[in-house]
Amino acid sequence: MRPLLLSAFTATSCLGRGLTPTLAALRAERSGLAPCAFETVRLDTCVGEVAGVDDTVLPAGLDAFECRNNRLAWLGLSQDGMAEAVAQAARRYGPERLGVFLGTSTSGILESEIGYRQRDPVSGALPADFRYAGAHNTFSVAAFALRALQLAGPAVVISSACSSSGKAFASAQRAIAAGVIDAALVGGVDSLCLTTLYGFHSLQLVSAAPCRPFDLTRNGISIGEAAAFALLERAPEAPAEDAVLLLGYGESSDAYHMSSPHPQGRGAREAMQKALAAARLAPAAIDYINFHGTGTQSNDESEAYAVAAALGSRVPGSSTKGATGHTLGAAGALEAVICALALRGQFLPAGVNTTEVDPALEVNYQLRSRAAPLRHVMSNSFGFGGSNCSLIFGRPA
Amino acid sequence: MSAPVLSACVDGVGLLGPGMNSWTEAVHVLAGEVPWVSAPTVLPAPQCLPAAERRRTGPSVKLTLATGLEATRHAGAEPALLPAVFTSSGGDGQNCHEICAALATAERQISPTRFHNSVHNAAAGYWGIATHATPASTALCAHDASFGAGLLEALTQVVAERTAVLLLAYDSAYPEPINGVRSIPDAFGVALVLAPAPGPATRARIEAHLSDAAADTMPGALEGLRRAIPAARCLPLLARLAGAHGGRVVLEYLPHVRLALTVTRCR
Repeated sequence: MRPLLLSAFTATSCLGRGLTPTLAALRAERSGLAPCAFETVRLDTCVGEVAGVDDTVLPAGLDAFECRNNRLAWLGLSQDGMAEAVAQAARRYGPERLGVFLGTSTSGILESEIGYRQRDPVSGALPADFRYAGAHNTFSVAAFALRALQLAGPAVVISSACSSSGKAFASAQRAIAAGVIDAALVGGVDSLCLTTLYGFHSLQLVSAAPCRPFDLTRNGISIGEAAAFALLERAPEAPAEDAVLLLGYGESSDAYHMSSPHPQGRGAREAMQKALAAARLAPAAIDYINFHGTGTQSNDESEAYAVAAALGSRVPGSSTKGATGHTLGAAGALEAVICALALRGQFLPAGVNTTEVDPALEVNYQLRSRAAPLRHVMSNSFGFGGSNCSLIFGRPA
Repeated sequence: MSAPVLSACVDGVGLLGPGMNSWTEAVHVLAGEVPWVSAPTVLPAPQCLPAAERRRTGPSVKLTLATGLEATRHAGAEPALLPAVFTSSGGDGQNCHEICAALATAERQISPTRFHNSVHNAAAGYWGIATHATPASTALCAHDASFGAGLLEALTQVVAERTAVLLLAYDSAYPEPINGVRSIPDAFGVALVLAPAPGPATRARIEAHLSDAAADTMPGALEGLRRAIPAARCLPLLARLAGAHGGRVVLEYLPHVRLALTVTRCR
């Protein structure tokens, strides 16, 4: 495929607001996970909560979109000049030539969870200020972005659980390649809510301690929240030396189970191989892989098999979910931005919290952040329903 | 507003909705040959799923299996080999309601099955399990614009990747109290097999572009159906596919833009 330029990008997670604190935390091997004190949740777990989300003020006139997810989206768009970069691209190409492709898994469902506690005792009705389209509906974050950024192009939310915002990059690439648009705001926004905290708990997939992907003693995920975005445009003939390019994507389905990955990582392997083919790269060309690496027994085992089959066992890799938590529908975009930071800063981010890599997993797991010459990096995102996506980013030749 | 034209061949259609038990049956209604008689949507039990999975499925899975299999049958296509685009304005509303209701109790107990069925791509996951389809599948939402967004994504895949694609758009009713703020009266699903080049099963060729033109409506009572269920925004296109002559049709999409299509019948 023809490479695309990430002409702007940003991430806000429990590591901080925007790229500067994110980069500092990754270099310093710092985790943002902390014991869960979210809302009324009483679970013995750690979460990656973004500080101050509910203090965020949405742009005037957009009260219909009030919810934690859209506040987090706006907090994220307000960092690193992201909203301004989108506005400039909209002026350059025309607001109808800029598409919006965002991933989320739970949107503003937290508002509905709270609304259900406040139902009218007689009629059962939701509170009068309940916002279906602007908060509850899965599309609300893209509808909000259209209005907040005054865009007029195509817009969609991809909601394929934990692969959502990885797949947003793939959809945007196709739309640019087909000539539907000239540029795309891609990203992922997912915010803490009770559905995912209690839901993963019911599956017994939540760790009490901060998650430790690929560790011998790993025992589940830590849930986080994040807003991460990139502006994609066609790459110029001669990109700047430190430019970050989207070089390839690969998608596949497990066709195996709703909540368990294929034991040998069949679909994951296929996604990685398709991404390599799209980028016209040999497996050995990948210098770093950001694993999906959730920290569950089954994910990390299945992914290790898949990576060994697709790339071999020598490629340095880590899961940054020990630092950020599993940000679900935002994970693909958050980890894409982490890959972009690694490429720009020429360093390998550590897999924090992990101390003893499971010897049964044949991976070259990075326990320390360190400088390294990086040309091509891969990011994996796999979701419930067997939805797999691999992305390859790189520096110009 | 003008934009590049996306073109594809329609090789198969599947349909299930109020008073419409299949595309084969409804084609005469949509062609205007017989009147539409509204009746509650009949959701067939998905025989192609293992019994354990079948018990756990809601209307989204039933709609997509019925329409997806009908569309691939008409197209003569192997379901396991097709990339798929799933699009829905709300997913499985009953399941969502059950979770929100459980989380409003002191116990906050939700079952693992409820939780994994809550993902917006649940129907895509069950489709893969039922048909053994391992190509890419995606799950989209654009509120009332979900059919248009799905059609645009599917056409983009056909053009950009030169592949046949299965598009599945579906919606079903929320129970109260969400029904009070988002009323979808009944279940409706449509599936289209779209291909880059004509084949023996090709029914029509469509050419699409983004447009400022006003969206087409449906004659008579079918207009109520088109407006009531987001997935039924496809009806003006289906009417062109059902009729003898094809023609131009404008589909509702986002509030600020619509999809204009030229439909050329092949057989």
